[in-house]
Order: sequence, then structure tokens, then C-alpha cells
Amino acid sequence: MGASLPAPAALEVVSLVKRYGELNALDGVTLRVEQGEFFGLLGPNGAGKTTLISIIAGLTRASSGRATVMGHDVASDFRAARAALGVVPQELVFDPFFTVREVLRLQSGYFGLRRNDAWIDEILDGLGLTSKANVNMRALSGGMKRRVLVAQALVHRPPVIVLDEPTAGVDVELRQSLWEFVRRLNAQGHTIVLTTHYLEEAQGLCGRIAMLRSGRVIALEATAALIRRFAGGRLVLRLCGALPSALEPLRVSPTPAQVATPADPGQSGGPGALTVLRVEHYADVEAMLAALREAGCVIEEMELVHTDLEDVFLRLMAEDAQSDAGRVKLDLGRGLGVAAGAGKLA
Amino acid sequence: MQTLLYKELLRFWKVSVQTVLAPVLTSLLYLLVFAHVLEGRLDVFPGVGYTAFLIPGLVMMSVLQNAFANSSSSLIQSKVTGNLIFILLPPMAPWELFLAYVGAAMVRGLAVGAVLLAVTVWFADLHFAAPGWILIFAILGSAILGTIGLIGGIWAEKFDQIAAFQNFIVMPATFLSGVFYSIHGLPPFWQTVSHLNPFFYMVDGFRHGFFGVSDVALHTSLSVCLITLIVSATLAMRLLASGYRLRN
Repeated sequence: MGASLPAPAALEVVSLVKRYGELNALDGVTLRVEQGEFFGLLGPNGAGKTTLISIIAGLTRASSGRATVMGHDVASDFRAARAALGVVPQELVFDPFFTVREVLRLQSGYFGLRRNDAWIDEILDGLGLTSKANVNMRALSGGMKRRVLVAQALVHRPPVIVLDEPTAGVDVELRQSLWEFVRRLNAQGHTIVLTTHYLEEAQGLCGRIAMLRSGRVIALEATAALIRRFAGGRLVLRLCGALPSALEPLRVSPTPAQVATPADPGQSGGPGALTVLRVEHYADVEAMLAALREAGCVIEEMELVHTDLEDVFLRLMAEDAQSDAGRVKLDLGRGLGVAAGAGKLA
Repeated sequence: MQTLLYKELLRFWKVSVQTVLAPVLTSLLYLLVFAHVLEGRLDVFPGVGYTAFLIPGLVMMSVLQNAFANSSSSLIQSKVTGNLIFILLPPMAPWELFLAYVGAAMVRGLAVGAVLLAVTVWFADLHFAAPGWILIFAILGSAILGTIGLIGGIWAEKFDQIAAFQNFIVMPATFLSGVFYSIHGLPPFWQTVSHLNPFFYMVDGFRHGFFGVSDVALHTSLSVCLITLIVSATLAMRLLASGYRLRN
């Protein structure tokens, strides 16, 4: 009796590169998503998220590297790879000639499924589309079209489902119902890969996250571990009095939400200045408050905000940008040194 | 593949007034105008009136133009609206895409031709000397133009690019293929130009099936059509396999 083979990864990409002329949209991306994970793919616009998804889905050809879905190569074994994958695209695209049910039947047929009405009815019910089943796609609202896109990705019951910014431009109610539906799918064993700019969604849903920047993976970790890596938080204060010089290095810019929050009118005195201090360790808070008291500052309001994924994201992006700038200076320096050397020889 | 073929057929059938009836009406108008002006004044083949001569040409022109329109318009609409993604995501091989798009184009072209023939057969004394050749050239012609439409749809990225393809290549080639005249009435230079037009051989072979006579030998028309189909199909398959302008 031999040991059973390990289960293939739901998704795996190895040294994936995609070039558009001089631009490296993907610059050697390697990552692996295990079966059953709820995985987040984050990054600023132009980071390469959609390019990565397009290569995995077979919509784009990689310049080099390898990608597999459930162990099947997306290029050489494309039939098995695509049959195992459902993709919800970012754009609200639809075929204006057909009704919702016709679209889902056609999509089923493309995957070789003829009598799929029972599953289609289940999907329609799960996504609140039953009443729209015989309505032409043109007549649907944007939110309904978005639900149909999700339904189209599910008709062939793929083990891996990729959602590319599924809640962009979607109202709160639809967003909540979509996530509830996707959580149920994940609980049933489907692997979910999500890209989103709503970091609170990623933090609440994803067990593991990859962050892309300029076509490279700059972080790949469990969500909780990523947040713990940058332990601490922010001490948000309304202060009357000048901040002591010892605490100036800890000052950070307030978020727009913090700026927009009005001062509590119930507090005594006039509205104090909004001051936000970085807290590396919660044990430091006592010393910071003591320093403020010694300096004669009056604290009108105080809130301790824990580090969230958005904080982590912004810090990692900033650190990577600084590293990039350092690399550019080093390269320029080397280049100038070479040029100077060449000048001396001429 | 069967589903994609079914979808393409359903797509044109849902707007059949535009895709079938309108081309039939257009061809009827050509027939009425040209037959009215030239009937009795021009006998292209001995014993064959001009109206009878014109009808097979118009039928074949409709077959060719509508076969081209079906595949080209379907693909460019899908590209521009973005719903081509629903065709590219499923596990369909290039040959399946080819057969579905060209197959649907052939059905539309042949359907329009059949309806037009059924309507115009009452306008003149048509002969059916070799019905087998009528069918063969109709099938070959619709397959060739369906394939050229697929190539055009792959290449074009905007509606006006496919319109240019149609207006500057397909339309002139069909109009100058002997639909309205026999090339033997042309000056030698234009006869040579016509012999370089593959559409001429499709129309000439098709017309041979009605009257048993043609401007060039039947086996020449058949050979040119087969070669044109093989060359265009090979190009279309290569474009699909490479993902050119579909999977960038």
C-alpha cells in the first residue's frame, strides 16, 4: 500500500512573467492557493491582479512561467484547467440577445452540460434571480447583471472560483448578500480567489492574502499573521496644547474618515487639534499619556484604533516603493560610474 | 461546440427580420430594377432571358454577403461589448470555435439564399440543369465567406474596421463577380481582373447548376473554390490557435 498523492493546489503559478513591450505587467510571480481556501489578491491599480487572473483563465498568454488549476496546466491541458475554473469578470458584460435562463443554459452547454436546469434553478434561487429568469439581460439593473455574472461562473460547479472585484459599484445590500452566498460556497468546499479594493472585505473574508505591486508579490501570508506583523495601532487624540517634541516622531497623518469625524461638542473647552500617533506596542500608550500630561496637554477625546489590513497594505506599499526608489538610485549611480569611467578612457 | 453553434443560430434567428427578410428585400429590389431595365435588351446566354440569368447571381450574392455578415458581426459585437469572455473561458478548442462560427454563417447564408430563390422563382423561367452543383457551390461559397467573416471579425477591433472590410473588399468583390453580367462581355483587361477574383468562380459555378453553361470550365471553378476555402480556413485556424487579438 503506497502513500496517496498529495492533493493538487487549487491554483499554482510559478515564475509567471507577462510583458507588454517594455512593461512587465507580471515580473516573476510565484504563489500557490490550496483547495478550500478563501484567498485574497490585493494590490493598487496596475499591480497585475487582472493580468494574473487572465492568464490563469486562459484569456491571456503568459510570456514565460507556468500556471495550473487543480494540477492542470492552463496552456497544455486547457480543457481540464478551464473546466475546473469559474471566473466572475470585473466588467459588467452581457449578451443582449438572451434572457437570464437562456444565458445560463448556453453557458452550461459551453461546458458540455445539457440538462442543467435543476442546478440553474438552485443558483437563481441562491442569488435572488428566480423572478428575473425569463427577463432579457438588457432589462436588468446593474446589480442584477452582476448576480448573473456570478451565476454564469457557477453553472459548471467549478471547484475554483475567481471573483475579480465583484462588489465594485455595488450597493451595500447586494454586497452583503453576495458575500453571504460566496461564504456558503466556500463552506461547501469551493476555493475562492478574490480581488478587491475594499480591504475591510478582504480582511473579513480571506484567510490568506497575496499583495501585488508592479507585477511582483510583496507579501504572501495568512491575514491574521500579516496584521500581527504590524502589531499596535493608532492613538487618535483631540489635544489642547502643543504635542511634546519627544512624541513628534510618532505623529502620522489622520485618515480621511478621522478628519471627517467632528469633535464631540459635549467636551469642555474649544475643539482641540486632531492628532494621530503611531502605537508600536500597546504598553507604550501609558508612557505616551504620561508625556502628554507632563507637557500640560489636555486630552479632549481619545480613541485607540487597532491595526487593520488597510494600514498593513499602505505600509507595505510604501516600503516597497522606497525600496524601488533605492534600487533606481543605485542603478543610476552605477550607470553614472560606468559613464565616468568610459569618459576617462576616451 | 454544438451549444455555440446553437447560440449563433439563435442570435440571428431572434432578429430574422433584419438578418433574413431585409437581405431578401434588398435583392428583390435589385432584381426589379435591373430586370425592368435590361430584360429583352440583353441575352447573356442563348435562350436565357436576362431576369433568369440575374436571379442565380443575386441568390449567390446574398448567400455570400450574409454568410460574411453573420460571423463577422457576431465576433466584432462580442469583442466590443466584452461578452467574448464567455466564449473564451470555456474549454473549447480552436477548431470548435471555427466550426461553430462558420457553420452558423453557412446556415444564415443558405437560408437567405433559399428564401430569395423561393420568392424569385416566380419572376422568370428558371432551369435547374444540375441541382447538385447548385448545392455544392452554395455550400462552398457560404463556407468561404463565413470563414472570411471570421477572419475579419478576429482582425477588426472596431465596428468601422469591419465595415471597411465589408465595403472595400467583400462588396466590390461580389458586385464584380459576374452577378449582373457575363464576363465575356467585358474588355480583355477586366476579364483578366475578374479571373483573379475568387468570388467570380463561386457565382459562375453556382449559375452553371441552373443553366448548364458557364463562363469558365466547371472544374476550374470548383478547384478555385476549394483552394480558397483551404487557404482561408487554414488562416482562420492559425489565428484562433494563436489567440491573435482574442487572447492577447
